[in-house]
Amino acid sequence: MNRAIIPTLLALVAVLFVISLLTGPAGFGPGESVSALISGQGDAITLVMREIRLPRAILAVLVGTSLGIAGAALQGYLRNPLAEPGLIGVSGSAALGAVIALQTGIAASFALALPLAALAGALAATLLILLLAGPRGGSMTLILAGIAISALASAMLSLVLNLSPNPFAVSETVFWMLGSLADRSFTHVWIALPFMAVGWGLLLSLGRSLDALTLGEDAAASLGIRLERARLSLVLGVAAAVGAATAVAGAVGFVGLVVPHILRPFVGARPSQLLPASALGGAALVLAADIATRLILPERDLKLGVLMAIVGAPLFLHLIYKTRAQSL
Amino acid sequence: MTNLRLQALTVRRGECPVVDAATLTVETGEVVGLIGPNGAGKTTLMRGALGLLPHSGQSSLTDMPVRDRARYVAWLPQAREIAWPVSVETLVTLGRVPHLAAGARVTEADREAVSAALYTMDLTAFRDRAATDLSGGEQARVLIARALAQATPLILADEPVAGLDPGHQIATMRAFRRLAQTGTSTLVSLHDLGLAARHCDRLILMDRGRIIADGAPDSVLTTDNLHGTFGISAHLSNGPDGLIFQPLEVVR
Repeated sequence: MNRAIIPTLLALVAVLFVISLLTGPAGFGPGESVSALISGQGDAITLVMREIRLPRAILAVLVGTSLGIAGAALQGYLRNPLAEPGLIGVSGSAALGAVIALQTGIAASFALALPLAALAGALAATLLILLLAGPRGGSMTLILAGIAISALASAMLSLVLNLSPNPFAVSETVFWMLGSLADRSFTHVWIALPFMAVGWGLLLSLGRSLDALTLGEDAAASLGIRLERARLSLVLGVAAAVGAATAVAGAVGFVGLVVPHILRPFVGARPSQLLPASALGGAALVLAADIATRLILPERDLKLGVLMAIVGAPLFLHLIYKTRAQSL
Repeated sequence: MTNLRLQALTVRRGECPVVDAATLTVETGEVVGLIGPNGAGKTTLMRGALGLLPHSGQSSLTDMPVRDRARYVAWLPQAREIAWPVSVETLVTLGRVPHLAAGARVTEADREAVSAALYTMDLTAFRDRAATDLSGGEQARVLIARALAQATPLILADEPVAGLDPGHQIATMRAFRRLAQTGTSTLVSLHDLGLAARHCDRLILMDRGRIIADGAPDSVLTTDNLHGTFGISAHLSNGPDGLIFQPLEVVR
């Protein structure tokens, strides 16, 4: 195993975090930005740094960490490199919750209405998936239940847009679904962080189970792994982390799919080592993409989810091409 | 001493019993071969005994807490699954999982058990290779080494030698025999009856979910039993080279 991967990723996240703090339309110099952030002197700059850029950078780390670790855990559990956090239907249901809040006008009634509605959607999907997949079933029932719930959430979302009487609300909804970290505050950090922390804890505790599952479910069970408990931790952990991420950032795809795939060779393919590596890798990727949205088209509000898909899909194609070349 | 005791173990698929009231024991230091035609219930018997399938009747293994069971019996499934390109050493080290306390790292004793298992299965040279890059037979040996590294008093192995070359087939059976001398007993399902005849202390013959015969190889591989279960005739002789078994013709 390459032992340098975790420190390297940590350094990368730290550098990108600082760059994220220094990037924005206000155009302050790096020196004055940092001193304003730390000392609190200089009113306008301090306000921008502390209330706009700092929460934005922190949310990028939180969202990236959640998507990366959830992707690594799902791929490890399902023993499938194509699994991604959206698979179990949590992100689709969170989006549905948010869209209902936007359409009904609840979102405008108080600041936290939108993320809370999204979390409620994620929670409903989690309960439904545990009900559908049952206490004992294998990974296949989990995938099928996830696909069914995703399809249902997507259909309901279309229905809400279809019946919407208000074109303004429709365009607001569509933009929200593209995913973004712009104009978020510390309120968003505080609402997402507790759920994400619980989710990370549950997913990190799966390390040994995921390693043993390399040998298949039967062999893992005979090694003393409690598969039912592992699956419950997986579903609850992914739901908490990804549900909270979707609630504050909208739908951001590809992170959970691509990051574990890129980092797998660096950790000797061990699922347990891939969890922390993908957490940091996800944070780095979302930070970098969020910086790019501000640099490429600063005046057009390029959405994070759109950029991620544009960068992520070719990256994924490249990885597939490389994998194919190796297997020949 | 008895390492495995099954009492009227029955596993049903729907209404139909796939294993029907199987009663058997495996004593300390025995290599017991489980033989029978396809669909006889060999795999189901072993999975039921391990508690991996719902069953009625008694198994001495399912009476144990999960963690104790993992230190007592190693299970080598027939499906040779290696999901990720981890190194051979990493994969074999998974056999040490039941011996690790929660969150604990691999100790020197664990590494020694892994090295011994790699040596036994002739894999020392493959230690750092990605397990998924190896050939099918080599992967089978890696998975056997994983079960050996678990260092349990009992091993249940489902067709462990299928797909191995003759040298490694014999070496694997000899490894079970050597382990038997140190007190580890093995219940191994086999389709190669010649190998079963030569390397097992005892054979258990299954057909349609029932145990038909249980005893020394030459008392189980009788003309009647072979005709009735496999539908074959065979040559069996006990000479200076030990028990020699060769299937001859299909007789039905």
